[in-house]
Amino acid sequence: MSRPSWQALLALVAVVAAVALPLADGRSTIFLVDDGLAGFLVVWTVGLAAIFAVWPAGREASIEALFIGAHAGAAYIYLFLPRFAAAAPAWTFGQRPADGSGPVGFGTFLADTAGFWGLFLAVWLLAWLLVTRLSLLRAGGRLGSLLLRILVPALFGIWLLFLWEVVTRALGVPPVLLPPPSAIGARIAASLPTLWADFRQTFLKAVIAGFAIGSGAGFLFALLVDRIPFLKRGLLPIGNLVSALPIIGIAPIMVMWFGFDWPSKAAVVAIMTFFPMLVNTLAGLDAADRIQRDLMRTYAASHGQTLFKLRLPAALPFIFNGLKINTTLALIGAIVAEFFGTPIVGMGFRISTEVGRMSIDMVWAEIAVAALAGSVFYGVMALIERACTFWHPSFRT
Amino acid sequence: MTAGTEIFAYAPKRPNILVRFLNSSFVAILVVAAAIVAIWYVGAVALNATAQNFADERAGVTRDWPDFVKATWSQDKPRLPAPHQVAEEVYNTTFLVPPTAKRSLVYHGWITLSSTLVGFVIGTLLGIGLAILIVHVPSLDRSLMPWIVSSQTIPILAIAPMVIVVLAAVGVVGLLPKAVISTYLSFFPVTVGMVKGLRSPEPMHLDLMRTYNASRWQTFWKLRWPSALPFLFVSMKVAVAAALVGAIVGEMPTGAVAGLGARLLTGSYYGQTIQIWAALFAAALMAAVLVGIVGLVGRLVFRHMGARPA
Amino acid sequence: MTDEAAAPRGAGILRAIAQKRSTPPLAAAAAGGAVVPVERAPAPVPPAPVVIDVRNLSLTFMTNDGPVDALSGIDLSVHRGEFISLIGPSGCGKTTLLRVIADLEQPTAGSISVNGVTPEEARRNRGYGYVFQAAALYPWRNVARNVALPLEIMGIDKAERDRRVAENLAHVNLTGFERKFPWQLSGGMQQRVSIARALAVEPDLLLMDEPFGALDEIVRDRLNQQLLELWAKTGKTVIFVTHSLPEAVFLSTRIVVMTPRPGKVHDVITSDLPRERDLDIRETPEFLKIAARVRDGLRAGHSYED
Repeated sequence: MSRPSWQALLALVAVVAAVALPLADGRSTIFLVDDGLAGFLVVWTVGLAAIFAVWPAGREASIEALFIGAHAGAAYIYLFLPRFAAAAPAWTFGQRPADGSGPVGFGTFLADTAGFWGLFLAVWLLAWLLVTRLSLLRAGGRLGSLLLRILVPALFGIWLLFLWEVVTRALGVPPVLLPPPSAIGARIAASLPTLWADFRQTFLKAVIAGFAIGSGAGFLFALLVDRIPFLKRGLLPIGNLVSALPIIGIAPIMVMWFGFDWPSKAAVVAIMTFFPMLVNTLAGLDAADRIQRDLMRTYAASHGQTLFKLRLPAALPFIFNGLKINTTLALIGAIVAEFFGTPIVGMGFRISTEVGRMSIDMVWAEIAVAALAGSVFYGVMALIERACTFWHPSFRT
Repeated sequence: MTAGTEIFAYAPKRPNILVRFLNSSFVAILVVAAAIVAIWYVGAVALNATAQNFADERAGVTRDWPDFVKATWSQDKPRLPAPHQVAEEVYNTTFLVPPTAKRSLVYHGWITLSSTLVGFVIGTLLGIGLAILIVHVPSLDRSLMPWIVSSQTIPILAIAPMVIVVLAAVGVVGLLPKAVISTYLSFFPVTVGMVKGLRSPEPMHLDLMRTYNASRWQTFWKLRWPSALPFLFVSMKVAVAAALVGAIVGEMPTGAVAGLGARLLTGSYYGQTIQIWAALFAAALMAAVLVGIVGLVGRLVFRHMGARPA
Repeated sequence: MTDEAAAPRGAGILRAIAQKRSTPPLAAAAAGGAVVPVERAPAPVPPAPVVIDVRNLSLTFMTNDGPVDALSGIDLSVHRGEFISLIGPSGCGKTTLLRVIADLEQPTAGSISVNGVTPEEARRNRGYGYVFQAAALYPWRNVARNVALPLEIMGIDKAERDRRVAENLAHVNLTGFERKFPWQLSGGMQQRVSIARALAVEPDLLLMDEPFGALDEIVRDRLNQQLLELWAKTGKTVIFVTHSLPEAVFLSTRIVVMTPRPGKVHDVITSDLPRERDLDIRETPEFLKIAARVRDGLRAGHSYED
């Protein structure tokens, strides 16, 4: 007999607390039971899901119940949030009660809203159990396991956003400090043209151009250096050293040399991406093992034949490793270089000016775009890598 | 096969000491470094020539070419300062100025270094802790790990100005906000490296611990931790470099008060190229030394563990 | 098959010519690097031509711990159609000798000719096929393209490449596996692909460096038999490095026993087993007699280690 799940037991206690204690106290105290059908449904779905989940013996069966209970509770909490603004505690910059009564202390605030936090805790515990049990699940079939591999982190991410949303709004965290995700989403929707213009300036011009020039030059230079062993011995340690240096610091110099517009950012990106590519390609060209080289030698293969038929294919995993490192470096380089002066467009420019104007939601919007662009850029590289190096042990199925 | 009696004798090869010395990496590195300096000098002439011509024309000076080259190497605000100008600036602002002065590289370097180190230490500890959790809690592995891996593709540095300004808005200024950025940048590589390292023991070794009925804790200390150390030091090298970049970028939006990042920014405001290059060199030197120290500590640890020197 | 291979051969002739060299190594060493006549052993039948001629060959590696004599005063001549095994304990230089023949190592003294020219020229003429300890297949090429690799390098046209790939995969019983990738095959199949790859060059000389060393006994037996059939069918000259005594005796017409530190030829044993053999021959007294002699030689080699 396995032990009962402590998360589920605690969730049950929290549901009881949620029923017994007030949800919010703005102008009037609200209890869960006051909220009619919605309150009734939430208590029972969350409570039943917790009861179902107590005994891990019913692990698989409890997953559906947990899923429904957790998300029904989350939906209720989300819809309840607007009623909460009235109850913000004094230690934040939140709005005061409309009737002019003074700000409340944090203790009073918690006591007045304990039912809400109880429900929130219960819902979170259910979500935690849900993710835990989902991650222990072994799906049959390839599609099933792929779906599960996506579902678990996706759920986790969504619940993290939910936590962020509830905490910032319920506690009345000032938007200057940390805006709730919904406000950031609204901001993104409202300023799509600006975001697109910035994206075009920074990503489509500076990042792509710099990435192509830097990686291409690094690759070609590696091929050249590879032919001259002396240069290779001398350059490899220096290249490794330079790869670890804060190259980003050359941004002001590049702005001086190439002007305010995107070419100076492309130059920074090109220099930042050059060395990782050089070092990785050189390492990759040495990756073919000895027997494979001896084999080419027994065929009396020329330098070019050995290069194209053996060493470059064997170097591909390293080359793609360099390219993947470079996707991130390129975006960082372009954005940070814009801190040193740009025309009035670009992601780095927008971040630094909006920070100055304290419109933090716009900054978060830009960061969301940058994160998306970075992930997609990386993802595209990873896909190309998979297609080119399907034979590598890390991809074999 | 009547002609099959040809004889081919080979002389033994034994390179003499001079040849071996010339073939050593040390000489190769020196030669490449010298070549870079030479290219730099030539580049300084090329990039500064226009400004020099312009200045000479206005002053009505005509120069022969050795004098002209010398002039391009000694401008006040050159497009590309010559190596010796940078070296001179580094020397002057390091040794000839009291370390408390605003012009002192030591002063600015120390400010950057302190937030780098604070951030690096916190970030490394955080990264190790998170990795231990991820390895031992399966649900965290499946839910959190994908986010940590994919967050490496995000240009995290972009949030640096926001962190600085937001923390300043709630009254946190000085070393801490920069250390936060350094922490943030350095804990990702450590987490990823340590998860890989803690997972690196072969199944056979784990099975061996199982046959001893070793506890999780014993398996961790006697097997997982030692096998993770090489991964830890590799990722710590990446982390310390990232922490330095974080500190430098973190110094830029605070109104450029102090630190190497601030030196870069004020230099770019006032066109003080020599100052920029000097700050760059100080940063590069610091990065090299920090990475070197981490590598050295790693080697000492491995030697203490009795590992074969690589 | 090139036209050279049309030289007379047959079990009787081969057995007749495949005999131990009568000259002790020291006599050849005294000759230094000078020209030495090839045919010294009187043969009852006109002997097959010499394919490989090694005279007083030495190779010293420079290591951090000082010079190491990998090979010292090796003499050996190999005639067309022979199956020679090099056997000995590790460090006896058997692989090094094979690599010198393939021009993968350069000797420091002595002389060597392969197909009448230097090993380097022989390599440039694609005069031999080499099979390594590991299959060394390229993981990014499927089986057919792996076998075609040397042919691409030699600049042979597509139609001929396809013909040779099909023919040689059939030789090693791998027809139907053309589109598989190496990692989808078992170790034994991979090694068969690598043999097909060596055969695709259509060399008269096949150099094999412990090709079955990593395989299990059963697979090794089967591949040994296939190799013998192939050898009988094509009449190639084979030099085969191994550390397995039964393998050496089962396969070879002559067995060269080597001893380490420095790498030397200790004994050369001519096998009088019939050319056509199956695995049961390993139970016969003739087989055991040869095996015993080889074992004596190996013991002598191992005694150096005590």
